[in-house]
Amino acid sequence: MIENRPLLAIASHLVLLLGVAMVALPVWITFVGASHEAERMLQVPIPMWPGDQFFVNLKQTFWGSGLSGTATAPVWMMMFNSLMMALMIAFGKIAISLLSAFAIVYFKFPFRMGFFWMIFITLMLPVEVRILPTFEVIAKLGMLNSYWGLTVPLIASATATFMFRQVFLTIPDEMLESARIDGAGPMRFFWDIVIPLSRTNIAALFVILFIYGWNQYLWPLLVTTDSDMSTIVVSIKQMLEAAEQSPQWNIIMMTALLAMIPPIFVVIAMQKLFVQGLTETDK
Amino acid sequence: MAGIKLDTLTKSYGDTEVLHHIDAAINDGEFVVIVGPSGCGKSTLLRMVAGLESVTSGDVYIGDKRVNDLEPADRDIAMVFQNYALYPHMSVRQNMAYGLKIRKLPKDEIDRRVREAADILEIGQYLDRKPRQLSGGQRQRVAMGRAIVRDPQVFLFDEPLSNLDAKLRVQMRLEIRKLQKRLGVTSIFVTHDQVEAMTLGDRLMVLNAGYVEQFGTPIELYERPASVFVAGFIGSPAMNFIPCNASGTSLTMPNGIGLDTRQTATGKVLLGVRPEHLTPDATGHFKMTIEMLEHLGGVTLLHGILDGTDIQIVASLEGITQHQIGEVLTLSAPTEKLHLFDEATEKRIGD
Repeated sequence: MIENRPLLAIASHLVLLLGVAMVALPVWITFVGASHEAERMLQVPIPMWPGDQFFVNLKQTFWGSGLSGTATAPVWMMMFNSLMMALMIAFGKIAISLLSAFAIVYFKFPFRMGFFWMIFITLMLPVEVRILPTFEVIAKLGMLNSYWGLTVPLIASATATFMFRQVFLTIPDEMLESARIDGAGPMRFFWDIVIPLSRTNIAALFVILFIYGWNQYLWPLLVTTDSDMSTIVVSIKQMLEAAEQSPQWNIIMMTALLAMIPPIFVVIAMQKLFVQGLTETDK
Repeated sequence: MAGIKLDTLTKSYGDTEVLHHIDAAINDGEFVVIVGPSGCGKSTLLRMVAGLESVTSGDVYIGDKRVNDLEPADRDIAMVFQNYALYPHMSVRQNMAYGLKIRKLPKDEIDRRVREAADILEIGQYLDRKPRQLSGGQRQRVAMGRAIVRDPQVFLFDEPLSNLDAKLRVQMRLEIRKLQKRLGVTSIFVTHDQVEAMTLGDRLMVLNAGYVEQFGTPIELYERPASVFVAGFIGSPAMNFIPCNASGTSLTMPNGIGLDTRQTATGKVLLGVRPEHLTPDATGHFKMTIEMLEHLGGVTLLHGILDGTDIQIVASLEGITQHQIGEVLTLSAPTEKLHLFDEATEKRIGD
């Protein structure tokens, strides 16, 4: 749309600025909170401009024991746990979905569509719905307080399987036939042709799944009791309720700030592939 | 090098038989074109030779080897697809080398073969480009290159020219022909374009509804079409057909005019005469009311109806002629150029 109406431009910019402010304000307050002393954060009104304690807080939060007076793990460990969980979920989901979609699209076996619908129907069974039996299974397998326990129940994914199925269906049949004439077996075809052709979709899905994994709250809360295994998202909430004292906002805000960094990094790093996945049509 | 033999080859999908008992022997180094209208089973037949479709019954031999149960890769064939089927994420070089890499050829051997094929096809400067950076004609060459590097016993072409524009198609047609002669590889080429078929093939297999109508050289098909279908399919504009009553060597056309033929027949027949064999002749037997003229420069096409009937006929006259719409023109054709077909079976009669 090419229109020259100054009033409209001003109005739309105002709306946009308002939107940005609404999204950015909490982030700003988090940043400001992370840069003051604990006492300052309990005074009214709360500060709106950064203080001078940012690096002190960063050091204490990241390397120190975090919250003073409680036995939480240092934040770097929580971040490591979260990172492991998010990566294992993202890679696990992608690997399993790629393989199951490959089987459903390229192989003829009895009840093929039956299996597809069975996978599809699990969309109706997220962790929250099956939480008791799943916990029981994980507990009996002795996977409580382990990375496996954190990730395995979340790995099977109907959405990703369905998405890859749609992607594979757009790959022309001639590509498979051509590969067969070239002498590529099924797994060779999978590695050499299917994976590179779905590269951008894999990247896009990785972004979504990483953030999904990083933001998990309920399941890690149940499965991890050991503070060495706790994830950062769960810990922020626990810090608020830490043993009978007023919340140490500076540390909590710093932790929240740190918790934002990996997802932002993943989005920025994958952005180019992500956009390519949406625009590249030549298959 | 090897010939190909098809022995009572049949293909069914469920209860529907789409190819019926196809027998054919293709000689070593021969270029055979399978031609027919859409849905006649020509691509299916090619894909059965390639091993991409299973054989319902009958046998396919390449050389002396029965290949029914062999994977496409083990049949020593190469195929060029209609949409080229190049791997979009690989460079031209990788596309051409992929099959050789899987066969675990030494790296310098692969390089040598790719280089050679690229030289033959003049695509040397594109080796490091991706397929999407190439034009249609260049992609076509890469697809051919991928076939050549494998040094196969048989080339299979599945309508490879139908995605190109008309001018490029004519040029690529000639190049494919030259290349095949030069390499001497037995080839099967599928097309629905009869001109492409006539110019490319040593022999043509005309397929209609899953049956082989005729298998012969282009000239045989043109001069002695075995059925009404072949007669109508080969040649452009298509042959004129006039239903006649035959008695011995004399025919009576629906408008009561009689003429003599070489062939002997009785009962209802179809008289076939090609537009290019009709010439103006005051003593001729074909009276035509001109309804439309098409000036193509080299020839003039006269469309009209046979006088006294509603049968459409076309005459193709040399040069630019000065006929008028509505004019009645008398034409004749040499007796040896008249074709006779049985009206019921649509098969050729006589000679």
